[in-house]
Amino acid sequence: MTESITASNISVSYSGKQVVSNVSFTFAPGSLIGILGPNGAGKSTLMKAMLGLIRRDSGTTQIGSQSIDKVRKLIAYVPQRSNIDWNFPIVVKDTVLLGTYPKLGLFHRPSKADKAWAEECLKQVGMQDFADRQIGELSGGQQQRVFLARALAQKADYFFLDEPFVGIDVSSEEVIIGILRKLKDAGKTVLVVHHDLSKVKSYFDELILMNNVLIDAGPVEQVFREKNMTRAYERPMTMFDDLEVQM
Amino acid sequence: MEFFHDLMNYAFLQKAFITSVMVGIICGAIGSFIVLRGMALMGDAISHAVLPGVAISYMLSINYFYGAVLTGVLTAFSIGAISQNSRIKSDSAIGIVFSAFFALGIILITKARSATDLTQILFGNVLSVRDSDMWITLVIGAIVIATVALFFKELLISSFDETMAAAYGLNTRFIHYAIMFLLTLVTVASLQTVGVILVVSMLITPASAAYLLTNRLSTMVVLASFFGALSSVIGLYFSFLYNMPSGPVIALATTSIFVLAFLFSPQQGLITQMFKSHGKQDAAA
Repeated sequence: MTESITASNISVSYSGKQVVSNVSFTFAPGSLIGILGPNGAGKSTLMKAMLGLIRRDSGTTQIGSQSIDKVRKLIAYVPQRSNIDWNFPIVVKDTVLLGTYPKLGLFHRPSKADKAWAEECLKQVGMQDFADRQIGELSGGQQQRVFLARALAQKADYFFLDEPFVGIDVSSEEVIIGILRKLKDAGKTVLVVHHDLSKVKSYFDELILMNNVLIDAGPVEQVFREKNMTRAYERPMTMFDDLEVQM
Repeated sequence: MEFFHDLMNYAFLQKAFITSVMVGIICGAIGSFIVLRGMALMGDAISHAVLPGVAISYMLSINYFYGAVLTGVLTAFSIGAISQNSRIKSDSAIGIVFSAFFALGIILITKARSATDLTQILFGNVLSVRDSDMWITLVIGAIVIATVALFFKELLISSFDETMAAAYGLNTRFIHYAIMFLLTLVTVASLQTVGVILVVSMLITPASAAYLLTNRLSTMVVLASFFGALSSVIGLYFSFLYNMPSGPVIALATTSIFVLAFLFSPQQGLITQMFKSHGKQDAAA
């Protein structure tokens, strides 16, 4: 069973400057949530701080009534592509297999069943034909799909994706958003750091709009409005009406 | 042939042989992780920084192992403390700390013992391996091999994607320091065979050659260990037959293996690639 996810008063500073300031929100289970804001708004930082991957000035993340530290194995995190060493000696299928590690615990090797499951996850993202390729030989979109397959292999309930749509091809983007929707329909909670405004309405149900401080959080129709957007982007969002019409 | 005959007959040569093979294996294994984690400089630093520990051990007439491990670990922590608590970048922190430790070591060694000892420690003398040295090396070898085998999963994921490892609850900082500790042990074990200055060649070069030959970490570790052991034995051979210092010979042996891999690796090799791109315009890029 998935539960609600709540962030309370999250603040993060880099060398004295606060990049995330007192951000709080809560979302019900089964939400596909976009984290939106201009460059430097602290979106990725917020995600990392929620997961306790970087030092926070303050704040907590709770899953239901529990601290996130107690339920780490239910969480899958997909890092930005730029944070991965693509020359690492690892092939696609072994990358996906890493997703089974959290639940294996110390001293246990992945079993045949784990390997079959990893293969299944690779099929879900349509990358089974690339199983034996070294990960650096793939295109950006393919790499992102492999990392999504790894997250699926974790059998997580909460998915955190940092800029999954940056620099990837259209068909990979479709595959990825399709899977994220399926996860949402299955009652999982999915958070996505995102900055392409054109697709916001078609991709997400819920939004966290921020620019260092939280501008608004809630259903897309409530958050994705001109007044909010102008505040977040600190300039008149003249394109904004056009975007809305397109959707 | 004469070498193998002597190897059968002389106990000192057998000790040297066993020690150098083990040193080659563990240098290759730990070296693989050092290379992939981008910590080559750190390997160089720790190997130099064990010197004052060795000197102090001589002064106190205890086994050099204790002092060396102490200063090795101290170095790892000092470098971490400087780079995490100031704006100094880690490569500079490494430079600051290891040159200081190395300088202190040289002064202490010259005070403590004769210049011959200094040469041995700096450049290695595999033929002077004593029983106690061999046993220390074997124990360290067992610890390193067992750790790598038992925690291979954790070493793999934290080297490849540290953020994911931390996200699911692994203590990545602990893993970092555990690797530093193993690195110190390996360096200490290598003192007799390669010497302080050239340990880095055993750590980095066989692992780098292996890196060019495979897309699997487990294969890389095994290959690197094999290359390491092979280089050590070559070093022993030359040092025994032609009275050369073992460290430099070993270092050049690792380099030869690397150059072969660099030129002829099926996927990465410079010459292989040239042939490939001649055949087909551009599939390799």
